[in-house]
Amino acid sequence: MTELPDIWSYLREGPLLWLTATLIAYLIGDALFRASARNPLVNPVLVAMVILGAVLWATSTPYATYFEGAQFVHFMLGPATVALAGPLYTNLHHVRRTLLPMVGALIVGSVTAVASALWIAHALGVEGATLASLAPKSTTAPVAIGIAEKLGGLPTLTAALVIITGIIGAVVVTPLMNALRITDWRARGFSVGVAAHGIGTARAFQVNQTAGAFAGIGMGLNALLTALIAPYVLGLFQ
Amino acid sequence: MAVPPARPFLSRRRPYAAPSRTRKAKPMILNIAVILSAQLVGEVLARLLALPIPGPVIGMALLLAGFMASPGLAERILPTSQGILAHLSLLFVPAGVGVISHAEALGTSGLALMAALVGSTLLALIAGALTFVALARLTGSQEAEE
Repeated sequence: MTELPDIWSYLREGPLLWLTATLIAYLIGDALFRASARNPLVNPVLVAMVILGAVLWATSTPYATYFEGAQFVHFMLGPATVALAGPLYTNLHHVRRTLLPMVGALIVGSVTAVASALWIAHALGVEGATLASLAPKSTTAPVAIGIAEKLGGLPTLTAALVIITGIIGAVVVTPLMNALRITDWRARGFSVGVAAHGIGTARAFQVNQTAGAFAGIGMGLNALLTALIAPYVLGLFQ
Repeated sequence: MAVPPARPFLSRRRPYAAPSRTRKAKPMILNIAVILSAQLVGEVLARLLALPIPGPVIGMALLLAGFMASPGLAERILPTSQGILAHLSLLFVPAGVGVISHAEALGTSGLALMAALVGSTLLALIAGALTFVALARLTGSQEAEE
């Protein structure tokens, strides 16, 4: 008979355990989200992150070992981005009629995201490579990392700032839009896609399909615009 | 916190209605192959042309163009794309765990960075949404279902 510690040391090295753990942690997060009457503070991604972070810490498992298993889930981000073509297509009749509001909201939202982040951080004494890492934080992770590298930022730090931005956006968007009395799903979705990329888009899909489709467009367009404007805005603070 | 009730968008146009009988037999594998191929072509184009756009975003544009050219393709792929997007949040969990494991990456400027993230996200949401609403009102582009 194999001893339990042996089974553990076998499992913790393979992808099965951490893939399963990722799905279960997310299911727990999702169940808590539903149990809380969809309270945006109980964000399923955030809950799953905290659970898995605690498990990794308690078992002193390195993140790289965890990612061996979790990479199968992570990989699906690419196909999911492609799949955004679906809701885009079914909302095409909306999109055609909203070109001007989208272009305006994209430019204003994108510049505000980059400039206000750099301004606040600069005012609080952040400088150099750390400041450069902050500039692309509202764009989707692969683009943000590419931009940060070009600006002389730190890719690991940028990845963390991107995820945190997404969670902040996903948590605040519903109460904020309700407080502003903005009921237009297109405006709510588009702005969260621009400000909080894929995590914001995932949140928008939880609330409304039209909001989700517009968030997907906002995320895609902002990836492009931030790549163009970030160097100039950063130049103002250096 | 009262969330405005979702309008019955799906029931009106039924874009994700159950596939018709002839489509039902079409294998899911084919749909996944189409989506992965769009991403693959996108990745190749992004590198070949040194574009600042990530491959999957180009793949999304290609697939959208495919849908517009062939509504039959759209009808076949839509249930699969909706299936993938239904659990979009899950896909961010592995990267999110990385943040917790690399919390020290925030370094000594952690508090300043958090202030910048919270402040700029709120400002960008407010500025973006208000601009959208103002321009929509200006151009008379109201939401169709209202």
